[in-house]
Amino acid sequence: MIDNAALVEELRQKFNYIEVNEQSTVIVPKDKLLEFMQALKDDYALDFLTNLTAVDYIDENKFEVIYNINSTAKGYTLMVKTSVDRDNPELPSVFPIWGGANWQEREVYDLLGIVFTGHPNLKRILLDYDYEGHPLRKDFQWKGGRE
Amino acid sequence: MEVNKGKTQIEAVQKDIWAPEYFGDNPDLYNVHEVKRLVHLAPVEKVLNMARAHSIWPLGFGLACCAIEGLMAAQGPRYDLSRFGYEVLRNTARQADVMLVAGTVTTKAADFVVRLWEQMSEPKWCMAIGGCAISGGPFVDSYHVVPGVNKLVPVDVYVPGCPPRPDAVLDAFLMLRAKILDKREYLQRSKGKVVTG
Amino acid sequence: MLRTQEFNINFGPQHPSTHGVFRVVLTMDGERIVRAEPICGYLHRGMEKLAESRTYPQFIPYTDRMDYLAAMLQNWGYVMAVEKLMGIEVPERAEYLRVISGELSRLTSHVLATGVYALDMGGFTGFLLCFREREKMMDLLEELTGSRMTLSYARIGGVAADVPEGWLDKLKKLMDEMPGYIDEYDGLITGNEIFQARTKAVGVLKPETAINYSLSGPVLRGSGVNYDLRKVKSYSIYDRFDFDVPLGENGDCFDRFFCRVREMRQSVRIIQQAIEQIKEIDGPIIAKVPKVLKPPKGEAYEEIESSKGIIGYYVVSDGSNKPYRVHVRRPSFINLGYLDEMLRGYLIADVVAILGSIDIVLGEVDC
Repeated sequence: MIDNAALVEELRQKFNYIEVNEQSTVIVPKDKLLEFMQALKDDYALDFLTNLTAVDYIDENKFEVIYNINSTAKGYTLMVKTSVDRDNPELPSVFPIWGGANWQEREVYDLLGIVFTGHPNLKRILLDYDYEGHPLRKDFQWKGGRE
Repeated sequence: MEVNKGKTQIEAVQKDIWAPEYFGDNPDLYNVHEVKRLVHLAPVEKVLNMARAHSIWPLGFGLACCAIEGLMAAQGPRYDLSRFGYEVLRNTARQADVMLVAGTVTTKAADFVVRLWEQMSEPKWCMAIGGCAISGGPFVDSYHVVPGVNKLVPVDVYVPGCPPRPDAVLDAFLMLRAKILDKREYLQRSKGKVVTG
Repeated sequence: MLRTQEFNINFGPQHPSTHGVFRVVLTMDGERIVRAEPICGYLHRGMEKLAESRTYPQFIPYTDRMDYLAAMLQNWGYVMAVEKLMGIEVPERAEYLRVISGELSRLTSHVLATGVYALDMGGFTGFLLCFREREKMMDLLEELTGSRMTLSYARIGGVAADVPEGWLDKLKKLMDEMPGYIDEYDGLITGNEIFQARTKAVGVLKPETAINYSLSGPVLRGSGVNYDLRKVKSYSIYDRFDFDVPLGENGDCFDRFFCRVREMRQSVRIIQQAIEQIKEIDGPIIAKVPKVLKPPKGEAYEEIESSKGIIGYYVVSDGSNKPYRVHVRRPSFINLGYLDEMLRGYLIADVVAILGSIDIVLGEVDC
């Protein structure tokens, strides 16, 4: 029923710009992201964007953005990753493809400061609008805590 | 500010409230009479306190996990706070007597916690339910948490637990009753005893 | 000619029907909602940042405080992700105990959701009845785990403790009574004419929209999409149990609510089967794990079906004893993302009905 390996193999054959690591995670370059995602939704029935998050790798000076996509009809799951430069964190939004990215991208913007271009309403969601800094970055400093 | 020099603190606060952009610079408006927050007439007060202590109206205001235990389960059929006459949950701050701060107070929420407290009419009491409201609890290290609600409002009763059992909240209400009735022996008796969950 | 204009109404942050601290700024045209702007974050405690300074087992109690109504399911998702990262095989008896406590957690959550939804719709009796059963389940959970709500029962590699003497019999007795109680809810709440009038054909959600917006749990299944991870992935040992996935037809508030009520019956069925099966299984309740957990460098994403929807944990390890990054896919948060479009065009009195039918927990929304 669920055959993720076959799916990943098929994707590797079809798209020559992707890389696949040993955990079957697909790594896509940033500029091909939208094109690849659109193909996933249209041709492979991956219609359910479960999870969207990002990790700050400060030593390598990059953010990694992670997309977990499921198929409600066929039961596939797929993890897609892309990297974005830490000095200029800009990435196209996948909101036009999956509406589920709406609040998740806002959360990533809020906590990590990655700007998703093309998002209709990209502003802070959890913290105050005038909050300074992005807490989940590794170099975030804060006051407070125990006395 | 120049205007407030040599005035007491209460008047300085009033100056902020009576902002000139709303009320003009009429000097009379700055010199409002200081209103005593509580008028004390000892014998009358004693009778009033008996009424107050036996029908405390809590503010129905839950922040996090503790609200389920402290507000809902305590109101529920088993623990049944209404045995003591404390079941009338008021949803507006203006009608409530005691504010139950049940949960973590974050910096974003701090503003309106203080505003709700200010909206309540005197006499009023406050209960800090759960570790988060007492001291920040497990989230004390966080960048977005106020370490204890007593940084914002004066607290009368602290209920430890994470979350406290409904019985502990009942006990807290009884302690508040003793406090209002000025029953020192009762409070002395439960000193050092902790009911937690 | 009268001049008309839109106006804003502030719903919350302190409002009895927001189930916590949540604010919606409604733009109204008369009594109709034109736009809604949900504002959350009043309970944002920075758990994901705190996780980076805690060891792996130390983060388990924090997951309790996310969705405090179904704490076991939160623990379970997290430990599954860490187990995947470390490649730990969980003993069979532990899996059974996880299923039993997890389904019991789901029952407490759904019972509370049912009662509180009745309260939102103006019926106090439904709330009282639901809390009557909830207390019974709480007693059982307390006997098993030592805490009423924040259980922290799951451990990396298994569970904290085996069942006490005679506990399974007590559970079996309650589970045998439970269908009768659920009939009572059906009679009192589901069958109530006023309740149905307020919830039917309100907040209608089309199946394709629900999938597109990544909604999950009873919100998705209320629209008729058969997507339950317990069936799709059959993680843990869910393939050994016989249960159905209740689906709605119209995708309105009533269907979402009724899905929850029918899911309770399925949870009861699962627990009954698990009680029968666990009697034959003996063995350890926790796998052999080192005292200091240092997962190898890598990452893992694992998701399970919580009471609110799909809860997923993404854990990154850098080889030390503290996680490099933990991210939680919170079902309430993502289900709430569609609230704006869902409210448009309905009356102001329907806001409470729609918000209550999503069944959010603010601890999880804000994390």
